Amino acid sequence: MSLIVLTPWDLALAAGLVLLLAFLSWRLRLGVERRVLIAATRSAVQLMLIGLVLEGLFARISLPFISLLALVMLLVAGWEVMARQKRRYSGWWGMGIGIISMFTSSFSVLILALTVIIGVKPWYQPQYSIPLLGMLLGNTMSGIAIALDSLTRSASEARGRIEARLLLGADWPAAIADIRRDALRSGLIPIVNAMAAAGIVSLPGMMTGQILAGSPPLEAAKYQLMIMFLISAGTGLGSVAAVWIGSRRLFDERQRLRLDRLRCRP
Amino acid sequence: MAALRLSRVQPRVLESVDLEVAGGEVVFLSGPSGSGKSLLLRAIADLDPQPGKVWLDGTERSSIPAPEWRSRVGLLPAEAHWWAEQVSDHFHFGIDAKGLTVQSGLLERLGFGPEVVGWSVSRLSTGERQRLALARLLVNRPEALLLDEATANLDPTNRERVEGVIADYRVEHAAAVLWVSHDPEQRRRIGGRSLVIRDRRLVPEA
Repeated sequence: MSLIVLTPWDLALAAGLVLLLAFLSWRLRLGVERRVLIAATRSAVQLMLIGLVLEGLFARISLPFISLLALVMLLVAGWEVMARQKRRYSGWWGMGIGIISMFTSSFSVLILALTVIIGVKPWYQPQYSIPLLGMLLGNTMSGIAIALDSLTRSASEARGRIEARLLLGADWPAAIADIRRDALRSGLIPIVNAMAAAGIVSLPGMMTGQILAGSPPLEAAKYQLMIMFLISAGTGLGSVAAVWIGSRRLFDERQRLRLDRLRCRP
Repeated sequence: MAALRLSRVQPRVLESVDLEVAGGEVVFLSGPSGSGKSLLLRAIADLDPQPGKVWLDGTERSSIPAPEWRSRVGLLPAEAHWWAEQVSDHFHFGIDAKGLTVQSGLLERLGFGPEVVGWSVSRLSTGERQRLALARLLVNRPEALLLDEATANLDPTNRERVEGVIADYRVEHAAAVLWVSHDPEQRRRIGGRSLVIRDRRLVPEA
């Protein structure tokens, strides 16, 4: 089996289906036709651009360029985590918590995978490192965003309960322990569900892509399995880090609950 | 004698407060709602950041770890919060579990049998919650008491019980008591100094 190259005409046909969807939205007065078209255009531009960037990277394997791309991906993911929060940490922390926790989780898991599990040489070979990082960041980002949102929402709602514990002499980790646990749980549920459903309900995107590109299905399944395990570990570590830093930031040096450090988005 | 001393404590809506409550003394605090009474108690318990200094028994607050400070100054908020299923789960918080058995006489004096610790929180009335919140605070053996309308939801019998428990605790432990109360009768009954917040300032009641 080999890869069948898609022509612009093939893509235009697929795009025609999206146009049909936009037409339907207009006809049924759903009001989302503009958003559908903008999103489709955005994805076309973004994917073509990243395709071009990756072609350039693959042609000339350079650690500084790969690091630069990884940094850009990390910053965008950090911004995305912040953008999904109803209550954001004010100042640098808004993006910082996401960036630090994604950096520690995604990058450590990625480097472990590249050096120990896959054993690719050089370890930063972009054909492996960039898609893996993309998948790790994408999933870790969702987990962290959900966990942080749950943490700040529950802490704001349970102010009286947290302060009642502080007043009885509890230290800050004890005062917020149950809220932290719930936040972590909600961050982990999506990936646990995805693992449980993989292969039966859904064929994960990476595996589908590999099969389409001509890989034997069993090999694709093994890669998919590895990436799912990595994503779970990355999401778990990232959520733990984010919830830990995030909850610490909710208290000051005298262990007072500082909800004024959150800005509520209207 | 655990005296409580405040120097330039300044909650958001008040001008700076200097105050000394001797060990075993009770000082009442009143004023219109929103005038800053609860904020002053929160500031002393170190729940809100503010610039002033507070001493307990001669030791300045910043030299004591915050959790220890809060269990030593004992703030009873106007609204008691309960988070677990059973009453007893709230008593083991931050204290030695045996504290409860040692002080089971306390529950009795507040009008409860020893079985109350096994009760579900959801079946407690507002007044029962308020009395149990006091018990849960006192088993920590605070050296000072900051009471925010400690008897607001109680019938006369239980109000008397609570007043009695607080009076005995104050004498027995020589505890400084700062008590927010809107009830002039209560202030007269118990005695002690009365301060009022007027025009953002804490002044002796005329």
